[in-house]
This record gives sequence, structure tokens and C-alpha cells, in this order.
Amino acid sequence: MSNKISETLTFECETGNYHTFCPISCVAWLYQKIEDSFFLVVGTKTCGYFLQNALGVMIFAEPRYAMAELEEGDISAQLNDYEELKRLCLQIKKDRNPSVIIWIGTCTTEIIKMDLEGMAPKLENELGIPIVVARANGLDYAFTQGEDTVLAAMAHRCPEQILLGDRKRVIQNSNIQNFFSFLSLEKKEETTNKYFEKSKKNPPLVLFGSLPSTVASQLGSESKRQSIQVSGWLPAQRYTDLPSLGDQVYVCGVNPFLSRTATTLMRRRKCKLIGAPFPIGPDGTRAWIEKICSVFGIETEGLEKREEQIWENLKDYLDLVRGKSVFFMGDNLLEISLARFSIRCGMIVYEIGIPYLDKRYQAAELLFSQNTCKNMSISMPRIVEKPDNYNQIQRMRELQPDLAITGMAHANPLEARGINTKWSVEFTFAQIHGFTNARDVLELVTRPLRRNNNLENLGWSDLTKKEKNKN
Amino acid sequence: MKLAYWMYAGPAHIGTLRVASSFKNVHAIMHAPLGDDYFNVMRSMLERERDFTPVTASIVDRHVLARGSQEKVVDNITRKDKEERPDLIVLTPTCTSSILQEDLQNFVDRASITSNSDVILADVNHYRVNELQAADRTLEQVVRYYLEKARRQGTLDQSITKEPSANIIGIFTLGFHNQHDCRELKRLLQDLNIKVNKVIPEGGSVKDLQDLPKAWFNLVPYREVGLMTAIYLEKKFGMPYISITPMGIVDTAECIRQIQKHVNNLVSDKKFNYEPYIDQQTRFVSQAAWFSRSIDRQNLTGKKAVVFGDATHAASITRILAREMGIRVSCTGTYCKHDAEWFKEQVQGFCDEILITDDHTKVGDMIARIEPSAIFGTQMERHIGKRLDIPCGVISSPVHIQNFPLGYRPFLGYEGTNQIADLVYNSFTLGMEDHLLEIFGGHDTKEVITKSLSTDTDLTWNYESQLELNKIPGFVRGKIKRNTEKFARQNNITDITVEIMYAAKEALSA
Repeated sequence: MSNKISETLTFECETGNYHTFCPISCVAWLYQKIEDSFFLVVGTKTCGYFLQNALGVMIFAEPRYAMAELEEGDISAQLNDYEELKRLCLQIKKDRNPSVIIWIGTCTTEIIKMDLEGMAPKLENELGIPIVVARANGLDYAFTQGEDTVLAAMAHRCPEQILLGDRKRVIQNSNIQNFFSFLSLEKKEETTNKYFEKSKKNPPLVLFGSLPSTVASQLGSESKRQSIQVSGWLPAQRYTDLPSLGDQVYVCGVNPFLSRTATTLMRRRKCKLIGAPFPIGPDGTRAWIEKICSVFGIETEGLEKREEQIWENLKDYLDLVRGKSVFFMGDNLLEISLARFSIRCGMIVYEIGIPYLDKRYQAAELLFSQNTCKNMSISMPRIVEKPDNYNQIQRMRELQPDLAITGMAHANPLEARGINTKWSVEFTFAQIHGFTNARDVLELVTRPLRRNNNLENLGWSDLTKKEKNKN
Repeated sequence: MKLAYWMYAGPAHIGTLRVASSFKNVHAIMHAPLGDDYFNVMRSMLERERDFTPVTASIVDRHVLARGSQEKVVDNITRKDKEERPDLIVLTPTCTSSILQEDLQNFVDRASITSNSDVILADVNHYRVNELQAADRTLEQVVRYYLEKARRQGTLDQSITKEPSANIIGIFTLGFHNQHDCRELKRLLQDLNIKVNKVIPEGGSVKDLQDLPKAWFNLVPYREVGLMTAIYLEKKFGMPYISITPMGIVDTAECIRQIQKHVNNLVSDKKFNYEPYIDQQTRFVSQAAWFSRSIDRQNLTGKKAVVFGDATHAASITRILAREMGIRVSCTGTYCKHDAEWFKEQVQGFCDEILITDDHTKVGDMIARIEPSAIFGTQMERHIGKRLDIPCGVISSPVHIQNFPLGYRPFLGYEGTNQIADLVYNSFTLGMEDHLLEIFGGHDTKEVITKSLSTDTDLTWNYESQLELNKIPGFVRGKIKRNTEKFARQNNITDITVEIMYAAKEALSA
């Protein structure tokens, strides 16, 4: 399938000189999602400064993350990494008593080749707290891919699911896992049995991707309408509730940036991956559910009507965006799905910039995007991987899009030049999944357009001094 | 390794970038991995910059790790040279590149052959200096580079201006109220009949740096940035400099007297006398001196305060509180550990104890122990104050966007004394009001029964929906509850489930 797509789609690749967040920013939402976790970022002042500034107010709310700030002695190996990390982790255990400590490897630990993966199991035994290692560094990844590295590492920690005749859940994992689950084992078996009896239709389905709990339960209830039972989420609200995985388990992603996690689930945990478009926008949500249903051989019920209903409710916003043009500069990997939804809303997409595109993991989404373009009778917009922000700004000067979806570094300068912008990071933090939240996506997209309706006639949209002796 | 949640001063390269991007038409190229260009976001957001921040990254990725940067850095420099035609390109090392130990100087040398811009390598060690030290150093480096260049080319004119003139050194981007302070300083100098020769780095052009020696003296308002440059200029050109921060009535007067001394050293015929000006300003233009006498202010006598911030602001505010306002400073401190000796000397006799640390938990513990009536500190202390219910006035970086006000808010000069008086007074009164409210049990003791539109209880929320409702952040919960109930009534539903909540959200079209 992927071959077929790349024949008809054009992908460009530029220099990779673009602005995005460092992938360690994933601790911002993951520490809130996984309530009993503690994130320890092993890096330098630079990493700390980024987190401190990027997370703004959250930093003051006694967060469950901290920097293990490397000093000159650590870099030149005058200090023993293991002893240093042990000292810090003991302190964290004492102060916060988390159920898991997640070490985030950074550029510096990569360059000095600090063996975090090697040290973690040793320290885990000594400490009695699981230690998960994720290398979310700026050398290899962009922004949301940080979550991908964390979830891929967590996938290894999910208990093994063996479906016996009586469908009893058996947990096989490290000592610690057993230690934690002993107390609640009985109860868990009960509940597992209960819902297998209730819906015997589909084999276990685990969804992966970190979503706010409200959005997760919305998607859960959306599947329940089609009598599909979601048996677990990676990640769950608590580390101790990670879902069971095994070769009987189907998995499906809810976000476009989770390709490593998908690969890990397939190759290492032998799960069956359902490749579907992502549930962003009512069109995406419907396609996502339809794909899951078709894999399980379930006929969907009233889905078309439901989608129509949602579009109906969006009418006022659709009138605003129809015919408007949009330019995605690219920084969080949600771009393909958001562009597809925008096109379906009647917008014209000039360019889809994206940090990295896994054509296999996003195959269904790409195909769906192509079909959307066909249905709206427009040609597929150009997709630019590893974009070059300087070139993009030159292109934008020519195209003068109605809206640029871009990072904060460019937003104000573009606004000053009369180009409306929407800050891309908001899409990562807002609730954008499922039928229920389709309105929120458009709420974001239309905000600059609505603001303009108020300011339009005041005559001061271009607010830069004329640049002398520049191109 | 150090367990750190928060830091007062940023990494070294931030200091270099702040200086470089303050100059006009200077471009900085960071040798850094993807995502390290966070500086652009800060400048664009905090300063609300209209122009693109002249900082790009030469990205360090896996390939660079394997093979070295090779042509990449040189190519990026020459490319920027063609695209933006800057006067100067500053190659900026980061923590990553200091470990890689590539020969960046070699890249700079190669690139400067082909490019029209000047190219220099910022001389900062990530693991030895912080943001402020690096800024100080970079500014000196740039100034030295251009003065030496002018000397080599024979364009250096060492004669001083006819009329008394001054350079203001150390105003730069993302500095605490720097823009307003700069305007106030210019006004002060104008009042004294002194021309402003150059202001650097903010808004300055590197081409004009060779004119720096034309000024009669240098004014370095902040301790953190500019001193190295001033010392260099003194050594090389015998230019005197004034490093007394004109913050508060007493220090502003002292600063003006120093100016008088230096100016009178250079004029032969008529001597300047600024004393009448100082007297006039102190008693009638600045309201602060009068305000200290006014009956209002008596209430503050002996109140306890804690001060923390960078060396300049913490020292000056401590002296103002103790000397000019009669407030008891229980503890004062700074995170500028590298300047501890100077700081201790400055606040000696104006406070009970001194705390030199960059660990915010130590500052928090100190504040909790002392329980002052007000705190004057950074944004971090503001948050500590919130937690302990103690009012806080922000007097120093690090700061948030609200500390980049659009209105005119200098901390220096005579207008600055007014601003500081307001800040101090408002912090304390708010505190007093708070206590009075506590004693008398709040403004309005009549119980507010409900904020919802209707109080009829025909609707029942089942257990799951109540749980779901509780998950919603407090500030929107009420609105969601009302909307859901409105939706339920419209559809004749009496039992509210989670599904009804979602349906209500979907149906909502306003």
C-alpha cells in the first residue's frame, strides 16, 4: 500500500532548518497523564531552561519532574554516573514515592554515551521502583516524537496477556510488577472476566497515545456505540494500570506521531496493528472507527448520521473557513491529519510542512487525505519533510495565505507582516480528538479569523517598518 | 549531578544570543541540536518582537555526531551571509557543541574568507559561566573586535566630542525593564546637558562601535552586563566609567555627582554644578522623597521585607527599602554567586542577613522562616509568596510576559523612584488589607447561595457523570454544568450521564 501512495504523492525534503520544540517537552503532558510517575530529565542547563520557559506556570505547581543537571564533573567522567543517579533517585523516592521513574535521555547523554539503559535495571533492583528509559533528544527527534519514545519504552513494561480457555488474565513480568499487582490481582481478574462476558464480540483492543482522560473516555464511548470494547490504553492514568499485551491483542494509534510505539508493539509485543486514519475531525473519527470495525468484522451503526450531525453543528465555523487558504509550517507531526480535516472543511492547503513522515504508519491517513482531496476535487498539497523555515517564509510572502499554522518563534513576526497565524503547539495541548471535540479544532483555526473580523477595518494590519536595502 | 526544578540564570548561550540580537543587523548562528532555538520563542513572545529574531541554528544531528559538522557550519554561515547580509555573524556554541569539541574557530576562519560579513566565535564556556556572565563577555568581545579592527584599518578617531557626551552600556533584549530604563537615562543625561554618544548593544550598529571612544565617559547602569566592556575601554582609551546604578533617590544623586566629577575633569573653562538639579528633582519632580515623609508611609515603618534577585536590583532595592523607606529588610540575597563579594559589601548594614544561592528551595525556606510582610523578588518568589500568602513585588529577572509592560515603567532615574515607591507601597497595602479581611471574616459575609441560573433540582447526575464533571478544571466546571443541564432540559432528559455531557458539548453552537 505504501508503494502505491508514494507513486501518486509527492514528498519533498528540505534542509531541516526549522523551529520546533525539543522532544523533552513531552514530560509536560505525560507527567500529568500518568499520575504516579516521576520524570527525570538527565541533561544540562539548556534543557532545564527550555522546560522552565516552555511550561510557564506549570513549573510552580510542584511538578513531578525535575532535571538531573549535568555538571562539568559528569561530562568529564570525574563523577560516577551510577552513583550520581542513585543519589538523585533515592531523593525522589523519599520525597515523592512514585510508582515509576522515567529517565529522559538528552543530547548530552547521547554524546557522552551515558549508558542509561544499562544502569536502569541495576538501579531498579536496588531501589525497588521501575525505571523506564526514553531517549527523547533533539539529535534524533522533534517535539511530539518525545511521547513516542516514552510510550515505546513503556510498551516493554506492559504485562503479558495470555488468553487461556477460561480467559483468565495471567500477569508475567518483572518482580516489581508482580509485587504491585498482587494486591489487586483478584479484583482485576473479576473485571476482566466481566467485560469479556458482556461483549464477546471483539478480541482485546488496546489504544495507544496519551490523551486527556475525558477525551479517552469519549473515544471509548464512541467505540462502545459500535459495540467495540476498548480493553486498555497505553498509557493508562496510572503506571500500575498499564494494559496487557500479547499476540492476541489488537492495537490502534490515536496520534500520527507514534510510529516507534507502533513498531515496538508489533515487533516486540507481537500485537496486531490496525492502520487507520487518526480520529481528528469528524471525518477522521468516522474513518478511524470504521477501520476498527472492519477489522473485527462488525457492521457500523448510524455512524454516517452521527458524522453528518457533527458537521451540521459546525456550520457557523465552516462558513468562516470555507475558501480560506492555510499554510502548515510543520513542527508537531499532526499536520497531515489537520490538513486533511481543513481540506474537508473547504479550506485550501498550500503546503504541509512536517518534521518527519512515517509513510507506513501514516499510510491509511495519507490514503484518506488523498481521497478527501479527490472528493473535494482539488489536488493533493505538497508535503515538505524537514522543512526550511527561511524558504517557507519566502514562499509564504508570495502565496500570502489567509492563515499560517506555525510555532511561536514566527507567529508575532508574521502577524506584524499581515499574515494571520495560529500557534501550532495549541493543537498538541487542546482536545482535538473524536466527534465531540471537532468544534475545538475549528475554534482554534478560526480564532485569528474571527479576531480579524473585529480589527479588519482599522487599517493597521501591516505593522513593520519598511525594510531598507533588503530583498 | 544536581537535582534542579528551576533556575534563576539561563545557560551561557542565551546571554550571547541576547547581546547579538540586540545589535542591529547582527545574526547569531547556534551550533545546536533541533529545539535549542527556544530563544527565538522567548524573544518573540516576551518582547513581543515584530521582526524575526536574527538567530538560526546550524543543526547538530546524528550525522554530525558521526562525521563532525564538516562543511555544514561553514555553509550555514555563508548562506546567512547571502540571505540577510548582516554586518556580523556570531557563531554561538551551546552545551552540546562544547562536549563535541569541534574546532569551531576553524569554521569561523574559513567562513570569514568567503563571506562579506564579519564572523566571530563567541568565547564562552557553557559549563563555567551563566547567561549574565556570558552576555557581559560577548559584549566586550564584540566591542574589542571592532575597535581593534578600526585601529588596524586606521579609522579609529580618538578625539572626544566637543560637548560632554556619554555611552550607555548594557541595555539589551529581554532585560528587566531595560527599554524604559534606557529612555529614562537618556532623559537624565539630556537634563544634565550631556549628549548620548552611543547606546549598546540595544539598537546599536556594530559599524558605529569605533565611535565609542568619542564619549567623555561610560555609564554602566547594571552590574551584570557592560562592566567588562567599560573596564576594557578604560584600559585601552582611558575612558572613565560610572557603575553606580541610579536606582533610588540617594543612588541617583550619587551617580549624578560622579558624572559631575568626570565631566569637570575634562572641561577647563566653566565648571558644571548639578547640585541644584539634584535638589529640585529630589524634592519636587520625584514624589518618592515626599512620599517617604507622608503620613501614609508611617505605617510601613519597621515592617519586615525580604529581597531577592540579580545583584544590581536586589542590592539597590535593599538600600532603598532600608535607607529611604525605613522598612526592615530581614534578609536580602542574590543568585549572582559570581558577584557575591560586591553584593555583600553593597548591602552591609542595610539588612539582618544575606543569602547567596541559586537554589530556589533555599529562598523559599528562608521566606517561610522569616514570614515577612512583603517579598521583593523574581517571578519565583512571587509564586513562593502565593503559596505562603505573602504579597510580592517583582524587581528582577527571571520574569514573565507581564514584566514586559507596554506602559512606561523605568526602575532607574527619578521617574524610576516613583515607580518603585508605587510598587513597594502597593505590595504592603495589599498585605494589610488581606489581614484586615481575615480578621473581620471577608468583605461580604452574606452567603452566596448559588451561581447557577436556576436552582430547581429536577435533574440528577449519575455517579459517572459526576466523576467526569469533577475531572473538568475548576474554572470552566460551572459553565459546563450549566450548559449540560440546559441541554438536558431542552431535550427533556432528567438523568444526566456521561454521554449526555458529550452530546451537550457537541450540540453547543455558541
